[in-house]
Amino acid sequence: MRLTTHHEISSDREYQVRLQVAGVFIVVVFVLLLGRLLVLQTLQYDYYHTLAESNRISLVPSQPNRGLIIDRNGIVLAENRAVYTLEVYPKEVADLRATLEDLAGVIELSDSDRRRFAKRLRESPKFDSIPVKAFLSDAEVARFSANKFRFKGIELTTHLFRSYPMGSVAAHVLGHVGRISPQDKVLLESRGQAVAYQGIESIGKDGIEKTYESDLKGLAGYAQVETDAAGRGMRTISRRASIPGNTVRLAIDIRLQQIGENAFAGRRGAAVAIEPATGDVLALVSQPSFDPNAFVDGIDPRLWRELNQSPDKPLTNRPLRGAYPPGSTIKPFMALAALETGVRSPDKVIRDPGFFTLPGQSHQYRCWKPEGHGAVDLHRSVVISCDTYYYGLATELGIERMHDFLERFNFGRASGIDIEGERSGLNPNDAWKRARFKEKWYTGDTVSAGIGQGYVLATPMQLAYAAAVMANRGTAFRPHLAKEIVDLQSGKKRRIEPKPAYQTHFSEDGLDRVRAAMVDVTLPGGTAAQAAAGAPYRIAGKTGTAQVIAIKQGQKYRESEIDERHRDHAWFIAFAPAEDPKIAIAILVENGGHGGSAAAPIARAMMDWWILGKAPGETVAQAGGSGR
Amino acid sequence: MKPLLPRLWQSLLRPLDPHLLALLGLLSLMGLITLYSAIDQSLTRWSAQLVNFSAALLCLWVVAQIPLARIARLAVPLYLLGVLLLIAVAINGEVVNGARRWLHIGVTRIQPSELVKLATPMMIAWYLNRHQEHLRGRHFVAGFVLLAIPLGLVLRQPDLGTALLIGASGFYVLFLAGLRYRVVVILLLLGLASLPVLWSAMHDYQRKRVLTLLDPTEDPLGAGYHTIQAMIAVGSGGLTGKGWTNGTQSHLDFLPERHTDFIFAVFAEEFGMLGAAVMIGLIIAVVLRGLRIASNSNGLFPRLMAGSLSLSFFTYAAVNIGMVIGVLPVVGVPLPLISYGGTSLVTMGLGFGILMSIHRHRGMLASP
Repeated sequence: MRLTTHHEISSDREYQVRLQVAGVFIVVVFVLLLGRLLVLQTLQYDYYHTLAESNRISLVPSQPNRGLIIDRNGIVLAENRAVYTLEVYPKEVADLRATLEDLAGVIELSDSDRRRFAKRLRESPKFDSIPVKAFLSDAEVARFSANKFRFKGIELTTHLFRSYPMGSVAAHVLGHVGRISPQDKVLLESRGQAVAYQGIESIGKDGIEKTYESDLKGLAGYAQVETDAAGRGMRTISRRASIPGNTVRLAIDIRLQQIGENAFAGRRGAAVAIEPATGDVLALVSQPSFDPNAFVDGIDPRLWRELNQSPDKPLTNRPLRGAYPPGSTIKPFMALAALETGVRSPDKVIRDPGFFTLPGQSHQYRCWKPEGHGAVDLHRSVVISCDTYYYGLATELGIERMHDFLERFNFGRASGIDIEGERSGLNPNDAWKRARFKEKWYTGDTVSAGIGQGYVLATPMQLAYAAAVMANRGTAFRPHLAKEIVDLQSGKKRRIEPKPAYQTHFSEDGLDRVRAAMVDVTLPGGTAAQAAAGAPYRIAGKTGTAQVIAIKQGQKYRESEIDERHRDHAWFIAFAPAEDPKIAIAILVENGGHGGSAAAPIARAMMDWWILGKAPGETVAQAGGSGR
Repeated sequence: MKPLLPRLWQSLLRPLDPHLLALLGLLSLMGLITLYSAIDQSLTRWSAQLVNFSAALLCLWVVAQIPLARIARLAVPLYLLGVLLLIAVAINGEVVNGARRWLHIGVTRIQPSELVKLATPMMIAWYLNRHQEHLRGRHFVAGFVLLAIPLGLVLRQPDLGTALLIGASGFYVLFLAGLRYRVVVILLLLGLASLPVLWSAMHDYQRKRVLTLLDPTEDPLGAGYHTIQAMIAVGSGGLTGKGWTNGTQSHLDFLPERHTDFIFAVFAEEFGMLGAAVMIGLIIAVVLRGLRIASNSNGLFPRLMAGSLSLSFFTYAAVNIGMVIGVLPVVGVPLPLISYGGTSLVTMGLGFGILMSIHRHRGMLASP
């Protein structure tokens, strides 16, 4: 192509003229803009100066009420409180240290208040006001107001603070809000949401508060306020009311949650209860817990360190983040695998001498009962939890078939619950081991996996989900915490519909057999008989223990000799009533010992409440309590 | 023999026009200084902008190396790509703040209207260049059609600001190619006459912005908020300004979008009338230098491109400043080289790269 041509003189001249026209145009436009600037910045300077300097007319944002979080019965779990706060404008205070000392004479300033103030002072831009003390008592408000003239640059304001009236109950579900940090600000700006957060001071940092942030947050209002020269006599010229956030109604039954938490009686662990027919998460217990109220106004750095470094890990959401070997709770699923794949018929009887050996090997994989269970068929293997039966079954199934079958119960995958941080557990197979350890899968690995040890890991959430799928005969509803979003303005309700996450088909006969065996687990002769004694409904369950440390060949596991933190974890999974399940549960007691004695009573207490409406201490529930 | 470093330096700089480069450097420096204040001295974002500048500079340098004939060959494919992407946005774009402007491609998302800003004038210049031996009215009509297609698509998003810039850049090409003054005047009159039609086609929020311009105090909490706060910032800056990082409007959260579209308000508040005059002087100098390069260039395509690019830069700056000081509606156009943001910087880098290439290859007659 040709880019140039032998232009005639006229055409070139025409072009040059047009460039000059453009040049003149540009200069004229910029002179006009400069003229406008001149008007604004010199002629009208006084006017704008007054506006800016004394903020004669300023826009004061009014905080919206953050949406409530309530349990399924309407009990309030998170609300807002109006709180008097003292705020310091550091730019207006000449000697910050002296002023603070002076202030300490009027109101109480704890070390914790001072530490938080120092931290914020470092982090805040210099024009921002910094809260020095929140939650002022009425007496303190009165004392400060009387002495206000002494404290230039310190203002008394009211703020809405998030408050969790039940304290540490369900803390891991609710999460908490915190002040919008500089990092949060950057994130919001990058999402184009910074404007929506003007006048809003806190943001959901975890749990439901974080997941449903956009519903809960609301919209700030503005008041156009005129003040006189002395900064007094405020007159509101106009206002736009703030719009409160939507209410989030949870599927959680907070009484059930409390009963579950109390039943742990100071032990560490997790409990998950799901309604099988909907996926409603009825309780999500993580013990020990923490008080989310401590986070609302920025947590004291020392308390934060304590919580973070505690060996009990109170901040960890155990039901979602704790991945433990599922132990014997995997057996009902393995038994169903045997029937569905046809690897073992229900009538096949094996002899349990107390251990299992692979052909040609001397290593003994021991049953938990040293003398053995004698003759064991499929039904009995679940009821008495015979390890030897499952060592053999696992090798007959092979790891790949086992992996694929367990996947149908969601092992190795996150359930997709509506709060962050869920771990996926581990449903191992050959490909995984090669990728992870660059080593092939050995038959010995399969043997351990057969009783839920070795590489297999599951979270309490997964086991509850698996129990719910079993209870629901193969239809899985995605577990969810929020049930409904209620718009306070319009009264409109948005239900979070239970939706089947997936469906997996099992033969009716196989399901009935495994479920019958699970029922016998909780009847006399079964491993959870004690905890279920006297229940007026039938429970299908399975106990389990997860090894924390390996026991050497030929050595005996003696609970009394082992350090408390190295004792076995106790598991119990169950659903009830067995014929028409209303609740599916998984309980884990860390280092609790036996599933039947440590974990099952907690499940019993929760099921008694959900099915019978009886709280522990009332007659029926006492039977559950005596099982310990 | 000169030492290595200066030689290297020289060979890096040789293809570039030192005057233009120095002016752009000064403006960028002012931008970085202002930005540091506008983002409340956050070093992370400031360094992010430094990275953006480096990317833009790299683009500029690379493009400057490419002979113009090669660049011209890209006109048609770029234009077609731009229009296709705009169509894709219209069908499947992501809606942000009520406007459909973004397109997801794999991991990231792009705003195709940025590409179109450069591709449209290039396409029209390429087309007119092809027919330069016998330019007739119908070629100008075709030029307007080439302009109208992307313009319409961007208007539909809706993105009034970008549409304005694209329209201007295309118009400059046609004007410099010799569009009759009579037609220019008729077009302006037509534009005025079509205002009522445009009005009825506008979205509510766009109408609000125009009304706001006429009387910002009408709705001080809503649409007028930006304008009022920006005018207070600029006005209270006075003759000499409040000093760097001391703007009360800027730092007390009154000024919205202060590191992007409204950054000029931060600058004018902190550096006053004198600072603003210096900045505007620099912008004028950049544009005039660009027009000088246009004037010295040979061949229709380079001339049209150089002229259009320089005048577009002027338009960006004038529209942005006009918006901040309340003489134009709020249309969301960043101030080139000053506002925070990588996309517009890279577009600038590419544009000035083309200008540099035109400067470098001014003497050459491109062969077929």
